[in-house]
Amino acid sequence: MTLFSELAAMLTDPLMQRALVAALLVGVSAPVVGTYLVQRKLSLLGDGIGHVALTGVALGWLVGAAMGVVPNDALAVPGAVVAAVLGAVAIELVRERGRTSGDLALALLFYGGIAGGVLLIGIAGGSAGSLMQYLFGSISTVTSSDLVLTVVLSAVVLLVGIGLRAALFSVSHDEEFARASGLPVRSLNIAVAVVAALTVTVSMRVVGLLLVSALMIVPVAVAQLMTRSFRRTMVVASVVGVVVCVLGLSYTYWNNVSPGATIVVLAILTYLLVAALRPLWLHRRPRVARDPHPDIPDDVELDLVPTGTSNRTTGGDTCSA
Amino acid sequence: MTTTAPELVAAHGLHVTLGGSEILRGIDLSVRAGEVVALLGANGSGKSTLVRALVGIVPLSQGSVELFDAPLGPRVPWQRLGYVPQRVAAPSGMPSTASEVVASGLLGGGRLRLPRGWRERTADALDLVGLADRADDSTAELSGGQQQRVLIARALVRRPDLLVLDEPVAGVDKQSQETFAETMTRLVDDGLTVLVVLHELGALSPLIGRAVVLRHGRVVHDGAPPRASSTHAGATHQHLHPHEPDDGDGPVTGPSTGLSDTLYRGLAAGHTPRNAS
Repeated sequence: MTLFSELAAMLTDPLMQRALVAALLVGVSAPVVGTYLVQRKLSLLGDGIGHVALTGVALGWLVGAAMGVVPNDALAVPGAVVAAVLGAVAIELVRERGRTSGDLALALLFYGGIAGGVLLIGIAGGSAGSLMQYLFGSISTVTSSDLVLTVVLSAVVLLVGIGLRAALFSVSHDEEFARASGLPVRSLNIAVAVVAALTVTVSMRVVGLLLVSALMIVPVAVAQLMTRSFRRTMVVASVVGVVVCVLGLSYTYWNNVSPGATIVVLAILTYLLVAALRPLWLHRRPRVARDPHPDIPDDVELDLVPTGTSNRTTGGDTCSA
Repeated sequence: MTTTAPELVAAHGLHVTLGGSEILRGIDLSVRAGEVVALLGANGSGKSTLVRALVGIVPLSQGSVELFDAPLGPRVPWQRLGYVPQRVAAPSGMPSTASEVVASGLLGGGRLRLPRGWRERTADALDLVGLADRADDSTAELSGGQQQRVLIARALVRRPDLLVLDEPVAGVDKQSQETFAETMTRLVDDGLTVLVVLHELGALSPLIGRAVVLRHGRVVHDGAPPRASSTHAGATHQHLHPHEPDDGDGPVTGPSTGLSDTLYRGLAAGHTPRNAS
């Protein structure tokens, strides 16, 4: 009885209602984008964008302070959106140029983002402490207008991420083939980058910029353990994302702990649990034992040729001169 | 081959520079409808780079490429071209089934979403390469040769008029090679035009009407396919190691065709054993 009344109290609390809707949306959309990032081996892109978004937060704060906007952080989220999108597109264009220099450019962007954010927030009259709610999330302070922005941005993310699924899969799976098929590779790459940037800013409130990437990547890592198709991976990852977000957030209703950290720890515990249980259902699926060595002939002639593995004509072969 | 057939591939004065070194130095190449052209050459002669430049993966530093009479770019009817890359050894970061990979071959040329009936077309293409029963298996669970066949199905699913293949049989098991040769024979009989990069003619030699040989980024032969030397005869022989002794300027003793000097001289010096790649 007490459990039901407690649950009812949680679900009727308007603050908690807004927080749950935000967590639900983030839980669905972050793994959808994360699936593409993992596929293109850009698992850390979310982190990079998060760092840049921090500068955007501070910049929004600075502009807001200069314009005398009433809550001095009213422009922080729009600032983060703009900075994250610009940063993501910049990373994508750098990546297109070449891998080694791209790695270095990413690092520069990471550190530039954090340092820029701390520096600008000081100029805006705040302290580095003001950035804490963005770094680690502040879902309990989600306002109605925040929620509207979250709904709109999540809708864009899901529309692009699911609607263009086949094309984004092709580009992420084999970029060269996509180019040779006549797909607009650069536009699709930029679409992934922009959608990742939007996801970062949407998730900022829920888990914070430092843990955004975990919400995009860990559910995908869980799903990968269980599936063999791309589509299933995306579906399972989203389910895992929603479950850990909603459960993690609900837990913090009764216990005074950080929602973002709880959600991420829950996701990682899920990963460990699934990884530990995996052998249980994997052995039911018979795996074909196969020789990993390619079946091609070599250049040596032996008296004991293993049957069936050599298609070499014997005698008169001067190849081994 | 009739010279009146339309030119599907036309490259003029093609130069490609990658990482500061000039890989292709003025290539002229034409492939007409109905032809089966082999692109031969040693490792590092630029044959892979050439096909990658022809399909728009590698940027040209000079010269021009026209596919189906349209300059390389969005105006090319991409749906008429099927490209099979050299198999990538490293698996992608995500699980994906054979049919998902093949379905991505239906996109491009203005199409961003899968067309109606993509399941049937994907199944047909997998059937064509003998993998109908593996459609829902993860590509990571397939053998190297089967993965290569998935890539061929991905190029065939769009029903191309021109198929460009980059070393489709390198490092592929014998059974897959034979299945591949059978499939190609059927498709060529149906009028498919083929440009194929090969290390040796091998099982495909009955199909090939013309061979272009590259050396050091230039075309050194364009015409009848060179016959393999007597010691390397046999359709199934894998020519992995051309071990002709290099006698400086002396005659090359290995291959006994008139083309031997353009093909093999200088190869023995400094060539590395060819692995499955």
